Amino acid sequence: MPLLRSKEDLKELRREITGKRDLNKPYITLCSGTACHATGSDNVAAAIQEELKTQGLTEEVGVRRTGCHGFCERGPIIIIYPEEICYLNVTPEDVPEIISRTIKEKQIIDRLLYLDPNTGERIVHEQDIPFYKYQTRLVFSGNLWVDPKNIEDYIALGGYRALAKALHEKTPEEVLTEVKRANLRGRGGGGFPAGRKWETTRNASGDPKYVIVNCDEGDPGAYMDRSVMEGNPHRVLEGLAIAAYAIGAHIGFIYVRQEYPLAVNNLAIALEQAREYGLLGNDILGSGFEFDVKMHRGAGAFVSGESSALMNAIEGRVGEPRPKYIHTSESGVWDKPSNLNNVETYATVPLILEKGADWFTAIGTEGSKGTKIFSLVGTVNNTGLVEVPMGTTLRDIIYKIGGGIRGGKKFKGVQTGGPSGGIIPEQYLDSPVDFDELTKLSSMMGSGGMIVMDEDTCIVDLARYFVDFLCDESCGKCVPCREGLKRMREILEDIVAGRGKEGDIELLEEIAVVMKNASLCALGTTAANPTLSTIRYFRDEYEAHIKEKRCPALVCKDLISYYIDPEKCIGCLKCLKNCPEGAIEGEKKKTHVIDQSKCVKCGICFDVCPPKVGAVMKISGEPVPPPVAEATREPGGRKRKGGGR
Amino acid sequence: MVEIDLKRVDEIIDRYKGEAGFLIQLLLDLQSEFNWIPREAIARISERTRSPKSHIYRIASFYTAMNLNPVGRHIVQVCLGTACQVRGAPKIMDRIEENLKIKQGATTPDMRFSLRRVNCLGCCAMGPVVVVDGNYHGKVTPATVEDILDQYE
Repeated sequence: MPLLRSKEDLKELRREITGKRDLNKPYITLCSGTACHATGSDNVAAAIQEELKTQGLTEEVGVRRTGCHGFCERGPIIIIYPEEICYLNVTPEDVPEIISRTIKEKQIIDRLLYLDPNTGERIVHEQDIPFYKYQTRLVFSGNLWVDPKNIEDYIALGGYRALAKALHEKTPEEVLTEVKRANLRGRGGGGFPAGRKWETTRNASGDPKYVIVNCDEGDPGAYMDRSVMEGNPHRVLEGLAIAAYAIGAHIGFIYVRQEYPLAVNNLAIALEQAREYGLLGNDILGSGFEFDVKMHRGAGAFVSGESSALMNAIEGRVGEPRPKYIHTSESGVWDKPSNLNNVETYATVPLILEKGADWFTAIGTEGSKGTKIFSLVGTVNNTGLVEVPMGTTLRDIIYKIGGGIRGGKKFKGVQTGGPSGGIIPEQYLDSPVDFDELTKLSSMMGSGGMIVMDEDTCIVDLARYFVDFLCDESCGKCVPCREGLKRMREILEDIVAGRGKEGDIELLEEIAVVMKNASLCALGTTAANPTLSTIRYFRDEYEAHIKEKRCPALVCKDLISYYIDPEKCIGCLKCLKNCPEGAIEGEKKKTHVIDQSKCVKCGICFDVCPPKVGAVMKISGEPVPPPVAEATREPGGRKRKGGGR
Repeated sequence: MVEIDLKRVDEIIDRYKGEAGFLIQLLLDLQSEFNWIPREAIARISERTRSPKSHIYRIASFYTAMNLNPVGRHIVQVCLGTACQVRGAPKIMDRIEENLKIKQGATTPDMRFSLRRVNCLGCCAMGPVVVVDGNYHGKVTPATVEDILDQYE
């Protein structure tokens, strides 16, 4: 293993690695991020090794297990080089055919290609699939090529070149100026200019200074930091080292939540390798700059993602926030100046150093530069990670990249900013997405979660969900947050259970104001946002629950009933057999009837009723029709009134 | 009472000799070793690291990743992150609670299952997600819950 002692050493190593690699040699890359692990990437990898052995091709064909490609909906994903053929949803059973037909005979297997639902065409190359075509992958690009466990893959792509440039060609002040000029804003949620934060820590008195990576990605529905950290950890390390150089720090911390075991694992390997290659430690690349990094695992507390709380946790104390009369950038870990940024922010830094601030500021909008990775999830057709220039519209993200709403349902809203954000309704779909625009819409950018909801999502129940989540996660230190959330939860639980009263909406708004003004940290000051934004845009749904005891989305258990439409029921026994409570009566070819007193509203009957039949329906806000008489339970022929399915 | 091998506890404590701010990391290691943090272990840490027991309890009770009670043979985690939520995770949780006849956070009397709610595992594209002993089950429906649980004796 080479110990790199100069900029030339790095260049030479890169030449050596790329020289050894034959670009015409067949190569299989297999996505091995957490989602693909879950869908069987390990088994596919084993099958590939096995099959190459059987066919005697182990030497001729290279295999690489990369990080997350982002199209998690269709994992595991295989790409075959040099042709760059992309196969989706690959199973171990597909592997022998892939090796013998595609690798050996250079034939394409149609059924494994992406099928464009609009044109009916099969698409061979990943970059032509609409999900990828409309993206601009800068920060995320390395994930497709790099084996996160192998530093040489990262170096082969030009990795650590930006660090070498910073250390050897620029003074710390010049690096700082470049990042400030790039107007890089923090990707963790707040959008505070990173360069200004760095400068504060740099100028603060106190020694040592610390740089910290926040990978406590707690926002439910967001997972881009995990994918960058587990798929391309060296990019984060490189960005961190550059920040440390600009700030004058020699110790860094990376705070990773332990719910991300793969990220913890891959990061530990990356740290080890970076030290071996002389990219961390004393005298990095012969520049005289000294820097090393420690990993700290978070133990599962949402509030610990807040900067002062995270720093308390690094000190080994309970991860609760403290008042920030003095910013952590001046007095953080062990009361020393500490710069905290999120994973994606650091991962963007090498690009800025390498290509320059002018290049970076040419991408994005007036106030928000560069690209942002979003986690596009929920009831959208193509779920996964999406990197687009700031300013791309919500409609483009959801429809062009995401392929629209699942199952032809109607779009209802998109949730951004996690539990601190809000829900944006249809009329604002053409808004450009950047830090300032989303704030105007009563939501926020947050770390990049984008949860799409269709007409089957109850907005009031969703507000209750966020309040319940935050109630659990509030540390309880300050009264407005602790008590305010509990009271809000009580009110919202009443509303979804049909016990809502006149004045509840106003009371929610009143509590929200107090929490916003008087809570200690951002968890509390933003906690009411999901509720406030839903009241702003979906007040009629709240009113339907309160006044008519009706759930328009047919979700709230206490306000709905399941009913079998005797007009449509064909007596197939499916719901009857699957009902876990034995609440359905009926015989083959005779209309089934739900015994409302036994029904626990689990919804299984609704799910298993064949879509063509669609006899099971949900009713809300009106009484369930009485069961049809025993004698007339033959299929068809009767006219009955019911709610919508 | 469950017997605890204090030697293992000592080994874990030794990993963090002389490090500042080690306590959370140490407790996490204990948690993954025993699946919970026994009283005896806390006493041992307190004795050897000269930290007050109250301080250790405060940390162990604050974090969701740490258990102060013994857990079942299999740990069932139901993701209730927003993405899973809008794809029907609450119905999955209800179904599992009814099936195991326990509420979230509890352990079945036969010590077969412990049921936990988690707030996002970052597998949002596959939701609703249920993880049993580290095995991920994606796109779960109320009707498939039973089959999943049956795989774990």
